[in-house]
Amino acid sequence: MLFSEFLDFIQADKAGPNGHIQASTAEPTAVIGASLSRVDGPLKTTGSARYASDYNFPGMVYAVPVGATIASGKISNIDTSVAEKMPGVLTILHHSNFDHVYRNASGGRNSEQRPPFEDDTVYYWGQYVALAIAETFAQAQAAAAAVKIAYTPEEFSVATDLSDPMPAIGAPGGPRILSHRGDPEAVFASAPIKIDYTYTTPAETHNPMEMHATVAIFDGKKFTLYESSQGVMNHLNVMSQVLGVPKENVEVISRFIGSGFGGKLFPWPHSALAAVAARRLNRPVKLTLSRKMMFANVGHRPRTQQRMRLGATPDGKLLSLSQDYRNHTSINDDIRENCGEATPFLYSTANLQVSSALVRRNVGTPTPMRGPGAVPGLFALESAMDELAIKLQKDPVQLRLSLDTLTDEEKNKPFSSRHLKECLEVGSKKFGWEKRTPAVGSMRKGDLILGWGVAAASWSAGRGISEASVSLNVDGSARVSSGSQDPGTGTYTVIAQIVSDKTGIPVTRIQSVLGSSSLPPGPTSGGSTATATIIPAVAEAAVNAIKVVLTTAGSAKGSPFLGKQPADLAMSSGRVHLKNQTPDSGVPFQEILKLANLGSANGEGKTGGYGSDTDGKNFSSHSFGAQFVEVEWDPGICHLRVSRVVSVVDAGRIINTKTARNQMAGAVVMGIGMGLLESTTYDPRNGHPINDNFADYIVPTSADHPEIDITFLDIPDPMIGEYGARGIGEIGLAGMAPAITAAVYHATGVRVRDLPVRVEDLITSTVAI
Amino acid sequence: MDTFTFTQPATVDQAVQAAAKSATAQQGAQVRFIAGGTTLVDLMKLNVERPREIVDINILPLDRVELNAEGGLIIGALARNSDVAHHPTVLRDYPVLSQALLSGASPQLRNMATTGGNLLQRTRCVYFRDTAHACNKREPGTGCSAIGGHNRMLAILGTSKDCIATNPSDQNVALTALEATIQIQGPQAKRSVPIHDFYLVPGSTPNRENVLEPGEIITSVTLPSPIAGANFTYLKLRDRAAYEFALASAAIVMKVSGGKIQHIRVALGGVGTKPWRSLEAEKALEGHSPDRATFVRAAEAALRNAKPASENAFKVELSRRCIVRALTMSTKSA
Ligand SMILES: Cc1cc2nc3c(=O)[nH]c(=O)nc-3n(C[C@H](O)[C@H](O)[C@H](O)COP(=O)(O)OP(=O)(O)OC[C@H]3O[C@@H](n4cnc5c(N)ncnc54)[C@H](O)[C@@H]3O)c2cc1C
Ligand code: SF4
Repeated sequence: MLFSEFLDFIQADKAGPNGHIQASTAEPTAVIGASLSRVDGPLKTTGSARYASDYNFPGMVYAVPVGATIASGKISNIDTSVAEKMPGVLTILHHSNFDHVYRNASGGRNSEQRPPFEDDTVYYWGQYVALAIAETFAQAQAAAAAVKIAYTPEEFSVATDLSDPMPAIGAPGGPRILSHRGDPEAVFASAPIKIDYTYTTPAETHNPMEMHATVAIFDGKKFTLYESSQGVMNHLNVMSQVLGVPKENVEVISRFIGSGFGGKLFPWPHSALAAVAARRLNRPVKLTLSRKMMFANVGHRPRTQQRMRLGATPDGKLLSLSQDYRNHTSINDDIRENCGEATPFLYSTANLQVSSALVRRNVGTPTPMRGPGAVPGLFALESAMDELAIKLQKDPVQLRLSLDTLTDEEKNKPFSSRHLKECLEVGSKKFGWEKRTPAVGSMRKGDLILGWGVAAASWSAGRGISEASVSLNVDGSARVSSGSQDPGTGTYTVIAQIVSDKTGIPVTRIQSVLGSSSLPPGPTSGGSTATATIIPAVAEAAVNAIKVVLTTAGSAKGSPFLGKQPADLAMSSGRVHLKNQTPDSGVPFQEILKLANLGSANGEGKTGGYGSDTDGKNFSSHSFGAQFVEVEWDPGICHLRVSRVVSVVDAGRIINTKTARNQMAGAVVMGIGMGLLESTTYDPRNGHPINDNFADYIVPTSADHPEIDITFLDIPDPMIGEYGARGIGEIGLAGMAPAITAAVYHATGVRVRDLPVRVEDLITSTVAI
Repeated sequence: MDTFTFTQPATVDQAVQAAAKSATAQQGAQVRFIAGGTTLVDLMKLNVERPREIVDINILPLDRVELNAEGGLIIGALARNSDVAHHPTVLRDYPVLSQALLSGASPQLRNMATTGGNLLQRTRCVYFRDTAHACNKREPGTGCSAIGGHNRMLAILGTSKDCIATNPSDQNVALTALEATIQIQGPQAKRSVPIHDFYLVPGSTPNRENVLEPGEIITSVTLPSPIAGANFTYLKLRDRAAYEFALASAAIVMKVSGGKIQHIRVALGGVGTKPWRSLEAEKALEGHSPDRATFVRAAEAALRNAKPASENAFKVELSRRCIVRALTMSTKSA
């Protein structure tokens, strides 16, 4: 999905905002930007946070799916005779005995359009072909293993080379042109300096710690679905359509999520399997995916193949930039990885083209994974920039600085807040870049060779529509709620900070409630938009709740402010006081509520998308960053290690430096994984993602990453909303892989254009100590 | 659902009797001992091991680490990998074993894993571990999916046309360089098998991995008396820095005197179908001066017969570098 489509999606199918509210220009209090531990931290560290599969109910049974062992073909026979007679087995469901489930047409985004068990066709290895349900998990697992399925296999492909024949760019059915200006073909052809390389990134699997899971309950009318979901509202919208029931008959609960990285944005077929099973058996059903299924059934970052052509003058002017890319997608779904997200605006050039094509493979449906599109796209763009700098014999930081622009040349709009230049400059300084000597293998540290690499980063800034509710309670506490969720990023904490900022009630006395579709509709946690989307709604709800308190203060019998207009009053430090006086001159807000015998003062917030309360539509809003990486290279044993990372990020205002840093550090580690380790490998003979476990799909351990130096520029973006916070989930990963491969080249002389960097690549290095 | 009986014999003899009912002690065994369980339970969950009876040996008195009459070290089969790795005698006289153990798995696993269980850990070949695929080791005669498949981690030495699976252990590479002897008790007799003869190369029977017969239990591993003045190195190269099996490793025991290599044992990990003792490398080193040219010759000798598969040709060069570096490290006393 293109990011712009994601933005459309998060803004769609929801009622519009309450009306135009004027963004406050007042400086926030010190709670904004504080380094606060997560409010849900103690629940998590004590094991009392309940994740989807932690829910147990009387009479609950277990469902275990059976995955196809072919990548394409027809199911010719399903023999459940043995499985059905096994101890504890209740039923085996499959395409010939499943309830009717539907596709969803609009208002919500599903991941696989084809409902589970729709017919007897298999499109990818591991596709669910049956579901065993039994009294215990072990019984269900054993029954699933005993279901015998016969297939009529058909031709398939999981080929990694995506150079399939294709109509010309722009022709019907051919690659789509996503961005175009000037005449990049002709200008490139005559450019004095040319870079023309193809970069590839492998399929990657999200692999959050917590497996996907659904615990489904059907009470005869209503479904309650305990999910691990990055979007409870979307999940509700989709599942009501899939199950063919009205929205009020579905509730989705996702209080805690063991992360998702995008893999849990949209519902996956197991949710419908569990729901239908619960309805069929009239018992609660728990369905937890295995790690193996995580690789086949719940999405992945698709493989990309990107041809980059850069035309330049010898003094480093970028004459043309073309990115013609392809990504694989599944047989049934068109998932376009937006690899050209940052390409049209990152650097100044008059001639540009981004084109995109889809190549079908017999794999599960891809889905956004942290920094979808931009992250693999920037690997290609920033690698090509590094190669251009080398060809021009220019410093790669200087080259980027010289091509910086404060105008989005695609949209012809100024950036709302672009500080890529500062990111590069601050990063250079912190890293000590001026000490870099450009020749390959020229830098030493004892017996090791050092390589230094840099890359720029970018990620779109978006904001959708959101609602939120705030109540200020007579016991002096507050409660804030929204139908959003916290996938481990800190949303619980951030919304409490906003309420604290507005009311002065300490964060420790604010209860944050998220993770249920019965709450006022809140944002999906995706695209780094949740913070920017939810905080204006929370702020508005808090302001509205305060208004109730202030109105009450002016009217309640016995109030010291009797007769005052709300406009004369203010609430800060949790106290109501005259606007022109200090908080300690006033009274605690709960005293006012007591006087009027009110249990709470409630406020609702309902805010619009990007530009609804600012002049944002006239600006282009993006986050930026710069990644500096040092690798240590020991050629004698072909050993490479990332030894230093300096990461500088321009993501608008930072609401909570601790949770933000946590996001960034995690993203940097993920970047080391992307650069050096991760790749989902499909066996070309059968289509099985063959390294479908944590021993064979390796991610970095603590020993694989060095100290990570993170800097936030912390410059508010005036166009994103009141607080100027753009959100930071994905930007930290952007640019990491190309900075690593640039450092690898600097150390080893080996240019890796096909991720990840492996021993196989490094062993060809001729650099010696 | 696979059900099994679980017994906890009080003596070694009883354990042996219980296991003697099995038709084989190799792949497909109907009775299995359980020690730390970190290999066995894992493979049972994958339906790769399906024993009908599990004999828990954890209460047997086989966890001692002690000196024998000849000044060698007896390591009980149930001594945990962590305990062995931190044992003062091991650290002083056989540090290569400690290094190897600590390079493997994770602290949690090493706290569970035992010396005997580690000796018998199974290959990490992805096709062996997934019953959806053909595998001669798991089901003799079905074919080898790894040949022509995902074989990056697999062996380049000692392979056959029927199996190219690596023995993944680190411990066993060090034990090979230390010339350990495996003490075995069977239904009829006890026997001692030098580690070099304990493992089998796959040939046409990859399901047979070692010389154990039904009922036979490993009681201990003995190390010969320490070699005074020797240097020890275990070097492990892998894709990530921790919690990962070797792409190539080398265990070296080397003693230099008068400028010549007097005693040398070279064992390789990550590249062989069994813990790989390289007599060829040892021959190229023994009596020669410990210099780079000699080391390079030895490494080349060790890998002369290497037969890489479709994805692991890089291992030949990587193992070569690993050997040269490990030998170089062994010239510097710790
Ligand atoms: C995630 C993971 C990572 C790992 N990484 C590494 C690594 O990097 N390097 C490495 O070397 N290893 C690694 N290992 C393997 C680990 O070292 C072995 O699983 C462990 O040593 C096995 O010991 P155990 O006592 O748990 O064996 P068990 O699982 O109890 O037994 C294994 C086998 O040995 C048999 N057995 C056990 N004791 C005896 C005995 N006394 N006599 C006869 N038969 C016996 C059992 O019947 C069984 O067949 C890893 C394992 C895991 C799960
Ligand atoms: S290499 Fe050995 S273990 Fe792996 S599939 Fe082939 S026969 Fe089985």
